[in-house]
Amino acid sequence: MAQIAEVARLAWVQNRAQLRWWKEYAAVTILFLLPAFFFLAVFLLWPIFRSFQLSFSKWNGIDPTPAYVGFENWRELIRDEVFWRALPNNLLIVFYSLLIQLPLGMALAFLLDKGGRKMVGFKVIYFLPMLMSSVAIGILFKYIYDPYFGLLNTILKSIGLSPLARAWLGKPDGVLEAVTAVICWQYTPFYMLLFFAAVSGLPVELKEAALMDGASELQYIWKVALPQLIGTIRTAATISIIGSLTYFDLIWVMTEGGPNHASELMATYMVKRAFQSFQMGYGSTIAVMLFVIVLLVALTVFFSSQRIGDVE
Amino acid sequence: MNLKRLKHGIGMTLLFTLATLWLLVTGLPFYYMLQTGFKEQFEFLSSSPMSLPGKLYLDNFKEVLKHDFVRYFINSVTVVSISVFVLLVISAMAAYVFSRIDFPLKRPLFALMIAGLIVPVHVTLIPVYLLISRIGLYDTIGGLIGPYVAFGIPLSVIILTEFMRQIPRELQDAARIDGCDPFRMFFTIILPLSKSALVTVAIYNAIGRWNEFVFAYVLTTDPRVRTLPLAVWEFQGMFSMNVPAIMALLTLSALPVIIAYAIGQEQIVRGIMAGALQGR
Repeated sequence: MAQIAEVARLAWVQNRAQLRWWKEYAAVTILFLLPAFFFLAVFLLWPIFRSFQLSFSKWNGIDPTPAYVGFENWRELIRDEVFWRALPNNLLIVFYSLLIQLPLGMALAFLLDKGGRKMVGFKVIYFLPMLMSSVAIGILFKYIYDPYFGLLNTILKSIGLSPLARAWLGKPDGVLEAVTAVICWQYTPFYMLLFFAAVSGLPVELKEAALMDGASELQYIWKVALPQLIGTIRTAATISIIGSLTYFDLIWVMTEGGPNHASELMATYMVKRAFQSFQMGYGSTIAVMLFVIVLLVALTVFFSSQRIGDVE
Repeated sequence: MNLKRLKHGIGMTLLFTLATLWLLVTGLPFYYMLQTGFKEQFEFLSSSPMSLPGKLYLDNFKEVLKHDFVRYFINSVTVVSISVFVLLVISAMAAYVFSRIDFPLKRPLFALMIAGLIVPVHVTLIPVYLLISRIGLYDTIGGLIGPYVAFGIPLSVIILTEFMRQIPRELQDAARIDGCDPFRMFFTIILPLSKSALVTVAIYNAIGRWNEFVFAYVLTTDPRVRTLPLAVWEFQGMFSMNVPAIMALLTLSALPVIIAYAIGQEQIVRGIMAGALQGR
């Protein structure tokens, strides 16, 4: 340790100012950063690298060493029908999340803002889903969706809509939509509050001026408020897209990707191959693919928002 | 003018309808969960799922408690408190350096923190599982702490750095002239002044870890070390058709967070939203 510090000092310190800095701050800088980067290195950076390595091997995790197989896993991934069902499912969830959660969250945010103190009770209830674990929510809705004694079918039957009652999670057709509804139930309050914070931060004068000029409330929201909120909307969209691409807990609990892979996602498929079939190599290949997709999306969002930022 | 008022009236009715509708959509599942837990199984099967229980029947909760609920609960408390404590200490230390000291490599290292935000859990899952198995921490509470701390670091460091930047520089300069070294500065000035940000970060991570599923699922199999989300998952298989017992279990497992919400609503909301609101 002391030797490393000595080498670093010799390499970097060249003048008196740097020497003074070194004497006062070197110890604290190194000692205080070390633990954080140690954890990052061991549990984030190294595993990414290792997953990448393992994606070129076959391994059940028990044999002493993985067997190098070159691009075999990657070739298999490209031909893997299940993966090519999982990826579109992920994209559908991205699509539904953007289309339902964000607008609904925005509408509720304006509602809360308009209602002011009268809506506090609503807000308290609206937020409740954010307090439960995805596992608990998944199991709760599994019973709500139950074809025989579930809440949903009972309600449908009692209001004379029995033809609509069905095995919500039991048929490949419609299972993804049923699960997506739960995802929306869980996460809409998150976007609601995110937008609410932004909406209530808008200057009051803005609204007064717009209404004074004869704009209706809707026109104010559409033409004045929303453009002001574009930054927050972009943040929300980014969170939503990355979250939807890496979605796991809820689907795992509700359907395990079934029936017949109809609600399979990249993450559920990866866990299946790695921890149920013990194919660490192929599991890593799916995981790396997932990571690359997320990375590409994140970079796209980052650079496109920078460009928009320049224009503004 | 009249038309405008009419329009306004219709608009308000629509809004109120939407608000009430969403209230029902959010509230009904909770109502269902709460009251079903107090029903006897026969009552559950024979009555409407929306009806209130005839009498306050507590055996479901007793049944859940009998099945080692308390042990899962204690495991969760242990893992969450240790990992959040370690995380807070480590993140505050790093944030102090990032916010208060200029050093070479500062920008790339901080960029690395930001990049850490988007790393999906799944790309680390297999190597972390292999590592934890190899060092003999598989099926121990200790095995969960590493990943729980690590995945909290990027956001916590970013939030704390942002906060510590706002602390006036003069304080630091004055202390420095008085001969306060950087270590003491951290403990006596910066840390106490960052209390509110530390609380927010602690809540955010505590709730996230309390509900964490993937790592706990992959890194443990022994019921003696498993945490609450896994208890929920396992009991479901065990009770399968005893819906009231499962609802009682769900109620019990959500209770601590809901109680915390009832006590410190503002704090909890700010904590949960910490990650998202950071971007603004």
